[in-house]
Amino acid sequence: MLHTFVAYVEDKPGVLTRVASLFRRLNINIISLTVGHSERPGVSRMTIVADAHDLAGDRIRASLHKLEDVVDVDDIGRAPNVTRELALIKVAATAHNRSHIFELAEVFRARIVDLAPDSLMIEITGVESKIEGLIQVLNETEDRVLEVCRSGKMTMRRGKHSRGVLRAMGAGEPEVPKPVNLPLDTGHDNFADNI
Amino acid sequence: MKANEKNDNAHLTTPTRLTGAEIVWATLVGEGVTEVFGYPGGAILPVYDALRKFPIHHILVRHEQGAAHMADGYARASGKVGVAIATSGPGATNLVTGIANAMLDSIPIVCITGQVSSKVLGSDAFQEVDITGITLPITKHNFLITRTEDIAPAIRHAFQIAQSGRPGPVLIDITKDAQQASAIFDFDAAKPKAYEPHPMLSVLDRSLQDAAELIRASKRPVILAGHGILQSNAGEQVRTLAERMQIPIAMTLLGLGGFPASHPLNMGMMGMHGESWVNDSIQNADLLIACGMRFDDRVIGTPSTYSPNSKKIHIEIDPAEINKNIKADVALIGDLRQVLEQLLPLLPGRDGSAWLNTIDSSKGTAAVRDIKNLPDSGHLYAAHVMHDLWRITEGRAIIATDVGQHQMWEAQYYHHELPRTLITSGGSGTMGFALPAGIGAKVACPDREVWVIAGDGGFQMTASELATIVQEKLNINIAIINNGYLGMVRQWQEFFYERNYQSTPLVSPDFVKLADAHGIPGLAVRDRGNLEAAVQAARSHEGPFLLNFLVEQEDSVYPMIPAGKALHEMIRRPGHNPLLERPEDK
Repeated sequence: MLHTFVAYVEDKPGVLTRVASLFRRLNINIISLTVGHSERPGVSRMTIVADAHDLAGDRIRASLHKLEDVVDVDDIGRAPNVTRELALIKVAATAHNRSHIFELAEVFRARIVDLAPDSLMIEITGVESKIEGLIQVLNETEDRVLEVCRSGKMTMRRGKHSRGVLRAMGAGEPEVPKPVNLPLDTGHDNFADNI
Repeated sequence: MKANEKNDNAHLTTPTRLTGAEIVWATLVGEGVTEVFGYPGGAILPVYDALRKFPIHHILVRHEQGAAHMADGYARASGKVGVAIATSGPGATNLVTGIANAMLDSIPIVCITGQVSSKVLGSDAFQEVDITGITLPITKHNFLITRTEDIAPAIRHAFQIAQSGRPGPVLIDITKDAQQASAIFDFDAAKPKAYEPHPMLSVLDRSLQDAAELIRASKRPVILAGHGILQSNAGEQVRTLAERMQIPIAMTLLGLGGFPASHPLNMGMMGMHGESWVNDSIQNADLLIACGMRFDDRVIGTPSTYSPNSKKIHIEIDPAEINKNIKADVALIGDLRQVLEQLLPLLPGRDGSAWLNTIDSSKGTAAVRDIKNLPDSGHLYAAHVMHDLWRITEGRAIIATDVGQHQMWEAQYYHHELPRTLITSGGSGTMGFALPAGIGAKVACPDREVWVIAGDGGFQMTASELATIVQEKLNINIAIINNGYLGMVRQWQEFFYERNYQSTPLVSPDFVKLADAHGIPGLAVRDRGNLEAAVQAARSHEGPFLLNFLVEQEDSVYPMIPAGKALHEMIRRPGHNPLLERPEDK
């Protein structure tokens, strides 16, 4: 499953390598990783999405915490959150076939941010499914997608909402980071047969 | 050099302008360092040039791997931080095996390497290697220092990181220009921020209650004592837990010595080469109390078959170890000693004799086959050497072992009574560890009896450090268990590769002559009859001594759990045991 972590890290050279190297060492694929300044001076904020065993979250979080430059880690899990991704999509389009792309952009609440004689660029922000949806529709309408640039996910926990609001959002109960003391299935039984 | 120059530590109390090289030593002095292990070279020369001004003894090694292992052995024997120094490029990369070894066994060492000048960093300058990049996954943390004023804070931070939480190695790479330039040195101002424990360390009251409840309810509990018992100095607390609740203790390899071997509740080593009744008791247990151990694959066999009917209480300082290999029913994440101090008040005493009797009776013939009860056939087996060494030194010497068969025999037959007396490479299994690690241990504990035990293969990997022993005039005894094979690999070939002894027979020099070339006296021992006299000759000699034990060539370590098998599927000692041979069998 996909795990989403928010990590606050010191804004120093090599920190990205240390974080990325940890996932490499654990043989876990990073699906997306975004990084930028946070509200704290000298501290950057990363949103890391990784594809790992369902119950690997605790170990990844604990291992991230062990990195000296990592200040704080949150395993978002299924906690109520807002997740957004930005995509820039360049589509081949001329004066003859632009108009229906404008219509599509309107439907997807996307914006046209560049218009050239033979192409245009769409900026779209939203959840992953929305972006995937637009790209799919563009492909199906035989508009040639020339380039796609996606930012990767950015995630922030929601503020404190009443249960009613959470239920209406379909977000379930608020989830707080838990200490690691629940039994997990590590899901592997293939220890090395080396000497 | 003026006499007073060496002891002038005024710079520790008053901020003073010093060169980066001087700051390195001044900070080490401030951290309490008295010995370092190293090898000079171009990019670290300014540091070596400044050494004469500081009260630190530098031990010149013969290969930088030796420096890292010596720092490691020093740390294991003393509980303090070991320090290794090397130059850039090959000097730094030669440290790598030693750093990885310290990482896998959680040993606090600080490695300082010289680096090319900051102006040419990244230009493939002479002897430039990206050592912080190389050591990133095998250090707790590392630093690349390019400014003189950053040196003292980095070194002080490195000492804090190396010792705090789960200990481990830290590397500091300092560019040559940072060593040469000067800055105001203020030891106190360079102090790192207060150590913040891992935020996932949590010993919840509820978890303590759950743990106490599991212990009270258990009928067949076993304590698994690991390296944490030494790291956290928790021997007394584990003893109290065991004695009060009448719980037998099984030790991991790195835990040996953490609890006296002669204690009636100490069953000895568990795992791949643990005794059958130890592993059987773990398989049959209804509760395992893991104390500062990580359920390594050498200990559990396979996760799915491991102690299937037991609950597990996992007391561990590293949250990333919880549920990694074995699911914990209750996790108490924290320093072992502190956790046990919280847990013990919840546990009244009880009678556990039924379970202890069951274990005792299961020893059966395994115990009879133990070396202690064997007839003396005159053949020399490695087990004899270990047993007699143990008997003669009363289990109180510091033993540095290498890796392989002799390491396991040592663990089986040398019964360690005292903490920090077994210096061995557990997680990494680094051949060549014993000799340099033994040197480090002797430097840390000059008044203790130190034995290096190595196989003929591993000894040759770092045999060059014999010269270091001589140069440092160290009184170390060396026992080579010489069977003419890379013994453990040969054993695997015998058991699992149809005795195809590919590349395992090895030719060695005459080790006694090799020692002699270094000015170290030695003896070859072929018969058990000469064993004790030889050991005593080594012990009574002032200075280093080498014993070359020519032991049975195709002897194997029993019992053994084959890789991928369960603890109870161990290969037992064969019915026709060469150890049981009588003189008339010949």
